[in-house]
Amino acid sequence: MSNTLFIDGQEIPFAPGQTIMDASLEAGIYIPHLCHKPGLTPHGSCKLCTVEVDGRSVSACTLPAAAGMKVDNNTPALQEVRKTLVQMLFVEGNHLCPTCSKTGDCTLQALGYHFGMLDGHFPPFYPRREVDASHPDLVLDRDRCVLCELCVRASREQDGKNVFAISGRGASAHIIVNTSSGKLGDSDLTLDDAAAHICPVGAILPKNHGCEVPFGRRTFDLHSVAESDVAHVGLQKTEHHDE
Amino acid sequence: MSKIRIATTSLAGCFGCHMSFLDMDERLVGLLEYVEFDRSPLTDIKHCQPCDIGLVEGGLCNAENVHVLREFRQQCKILIAVGACAINGGVPAMRNHYTVQECLEEAYLNGVGVDNPMIPSDPELPLLLSKVHPLHEVVRVDYYLPGCPPSGDAFFTILSDLLAGKEPSLPKAMLHYD
Ligand code: SF4
Ligand code: SF4
Ligand code: FES
Repeated sequence: MSNTLFIDGQEIPFAPGQTIMDASLEAGIYIPHLCHKPGLTPHGSCKLCTVEVDGRSVSACTLPAAAGMKVDNNTPALQEVRKTLVQMLFVEGNHLCPTCSKTGDCTLQALGYHFGMLDGHFPPFYPRREVDASHPDLVLDRDRCVLCELCVRASREQDGKNVFAISGRGASAHIIVNTSSGKLGDSDLTLDDAAAHICPVGAILPKNHGCEVPFGRRTFDLHSVAESDVAHVGLQKTEHHDE
Repeated sequence: MSKIRIATTSLAGCFGCHMSFLDMDERLVGLLEYVEFDRSPLTDIKHCQPCDIGLVEGGLCNAENVHVLREFRQQCKILIAVGACAINGGVPAMRNHYTVQECLEEAYLNGVGVDNPMIPSDPELPLLLSKVHPLHEVVRVDYYLPGCPPSGDAFFTILSDLLAGKEPSLPKAMLHYD
């Protein structure tokens, strides 16, 4: 059997060791993802890449591709579930986009647009989380952290440092800085580190550059996260599949 | 043919959505052939009568907001949550990080440039809620118009679609939360 798998019926090749996500990215097929970045060890935490293989839900970013595998990706049911995951991420943190300098460049927000998300659906948590502005060039705003660990992995695997970690479990999980004071300003993170730029949301942001590109002219104002969005979004509050 | 009645209000919002509503510019003239306004900052009517469409800007920060929202829900066949604040609390929800006491002290006692420091206590003032909340936590919302503010084009789209008896929708490129 040749090394190919099927995504929504489309046959694509894969190399041994590649995940479903690796193969689909190479073939130019979009599987939504938030905690995944090529070049870093897959983390499998956000579950936005959930696909169905033989009727089972799996994470495309962690499951190795196998010959003949039949993957359902762009189905209405999966898009609905993924939208719900984005809604849960919105209400768990404090995602007040008009107040966030990542707006327009934020992958979480772009996923909301991609799935036609209108509201957070669930009652917002409005958690109280700590902002760390001690670093001269960067700010860590935990309000918007989605615990994707991209910064953790980039710091360890690309920068050869170990600046970030996740501490706590469940609802009290939060991002911490690996210094005795716990402050970013005392860490060896520098502005040119990969970890300083990898955050997909507005949790790690450069200081003094927030408004250089005006709202409305930013990445996801001009492009879709999937670059395939021409559909219309119905504005009706429909029944949520959670109800 | 009787006109479609529209009511609008701003709760914990900044009136930015209403300003954007006016950005429909000359299209408002055409719209007025088919619609008339009930309670709205444009008419100064104080209480909402039975209406076809209610547009609510802003979230809920005090007891009066909740009261007005309930009145809108009761009187309007279609209720539209307009803008980021109505949908998730928006900018006013930034105060949810603090207690009401801390907010009052910052605004009326310790803030920069405060003259005659004193926390207002007139019994006519509506009581503040402990947190700012989106509309859908209190009433059923029929449609959402995201944006901070939604553009004049977005207002025109949702109203034209409703007037034409269509399910309103926006091109994805027009969907934004900021
Ligand atoms: S991190 Fe993204 S989703 Fe959250 S407030 Fe900022 S722009 Fe919005
Ligand atoms: S700070 Fe950003 S990159 Fe790091 S875990 Fe949180 S969301 Fe992910
Ligand atoms: S992208 Fe696969 S779980 Fe986050």
